[in-house]
Amino acid sequence: MSDLKRTPLYDLHIALGAKMVPFAGYEMPVQYPMGVMKEHLQCRAAAGLFDVSHMGQVVLRAADPERAKAALERLIPQDVLGLGEGRQRYGFFTNDAGGIEDDLMFANRGDHLFVVVNAACKDADVARLRAALEPEVTVKLLENRALLAVQGPKAEAVLAEHHPMVAEMRFMDVATVPIAGAECWVSRSGYTGEDGYEISVPLAAAKDVAQALLAHEDVEPIGLGARDSLRLEAGLCLYGHDIDATTSPVEAGLTWAIHTVRRVGGDREGGFPGAGRVLPEITEGAARKRVGLLPEGRAPMRDGTVLFASAEADTPVGTVTSGGFGPTLGAPVAMGYVDAAHAGVGTALFGEVRGKRLPVSVAKLPFVAAGFKR
Amino acid sequence: MKFTEEHEWLRVEGDEVVVGITAHAAEQLGDVVFIELPEEGTMVSKDDEIVVIESVKAASDILAPLDGEITEVNEVLVDEPGKVNDDPEGEAWFFKMKIEDMSALDDMMDEAAYKKYIG
Repeated sequence: MSDLKRTPLYDLHIALGAKMVPFAGYEMPVQYPMGVMKEHLQCRAAAGLFDVSHMGQVVLRAADPERAKAALERLIPQDVLGLGEGRQRYGFFTNDAGGIEDDLMFANRGDHLFVVVNAACKDADVARLRAALEPEVTVKLLENRALLAVQGPKAEAVLAEHHPMVAEMRFMDVATVPIAGAECWVSRSGYTGEDGYEISVPLAAAKDVAQALLAHEDVEPIGLGARDSLRLEAGLCLYGHDIDATTSPVEAGLTWAIHTVRRVGGDREGGFPGAGRVLPEITEGAARKRVGLLPEGRAPMRDGTVLFASAEADTPVGTVTSGGFGPTLGAPVAMGYVDAAHAGVGTALFGEVRGKRLPVSVAKLPFVAAGFKR
Repeated sequence: MKFTEEHEWLRVEGDEVVVGITAHAAEQLGDVVFIELPEEGTMVSKDDEIVVIESVKAASDILAPLDGEITEVNEVLVDEPGKVNDDPEGEAWFFKMKIEDMSALDDMMDEAAYKKYIG
């Protein structure tokens, strides 16, 4: 794994007994000795610490901060200008075909915008931002900060021991908070469906902050394995699986993240790549939809499982894009795309697993109710 | 006990062989969440894929270690697949089989050889 990059917490992962795997060009912990199942349940019941330093942290800066916000709106269908200082939103880069190039979080940190993008896409994202926004806006990929997430119902109590201010933050608030002596950029957000925080930490302090959080009896380190099952149960998309350059935000069930001001009739209608496809789809509906899927039996239906309307039908009606076992439900869970006619909650379908058609039904997402502190 | 390169263990019990996966294999698989067993009475050939085992990470197959007939399967595992992680070399056996040629076991690894094999 010599050509893989390491996060500043690599040595800590090894010391904690992590099993390391290649992921998006990094050597990352897939699980610790506790194992995926127990790590998952730990995060739902108490709190877990995740190293997400592989993700891209990008700062957008312009002489006039409003110019940076307006400029970012040229690439994403979200309301950036209306985002207040100290607040964060979920968004995605679209392409000319109305597909999704990556999903992201963007925060208004006063004199700059702070954007967090997926590890596998970060170089392309930075290139896209530079091409579209420079020189009016400077685009800087931060190489000097790590990114941690502490997630779970105990996350607030854990982090508040380091600074009481975090308890006052609401879901999607961002603030600068000193933790273990380091200037941390904290947001009340995450990707597990649980309450929690994402913490951008100066590189030199990353290990100290991680160890300070792990010292709490309610916190255990959580690997990528449980991160995946947690986000799947929470109905959250994994880029490259549930959303990609060919899936539109409407198909993906992400219309909620396209603010009214950018839709038909809004003050800043359109003006993002692929608006010609995305905006009509919002009103007319998409031909296929991302749905939750609950296999009836115990067999997981994994990414790529083909879906049929009956046990005999020749023509598929959809495909699973993420699937596995949901430890909180104690049963297999999946999501995928199905033709609109078969997308209603409760629709009985069949997934072909090892040559057998097994029953699966369309289910409401998320599978596990979100614990966000709104 | 004898071992295969596919990380199965075989234990002779009267005229039958009991088959499961090793602690090393269970550890590598991670938490097991689904098991599909063959039907009792099935005639199998060496290397047939006869058991599907899925962990939180991935699906894998267990191959028939020898030619023979499946005489009994451990149905308990279907309802409690996690037993494979708890007691892989004891309670969590997968199936019993009658094999045609017991001497085939002689060529398999013993515990010392298997330990060396997995390093």
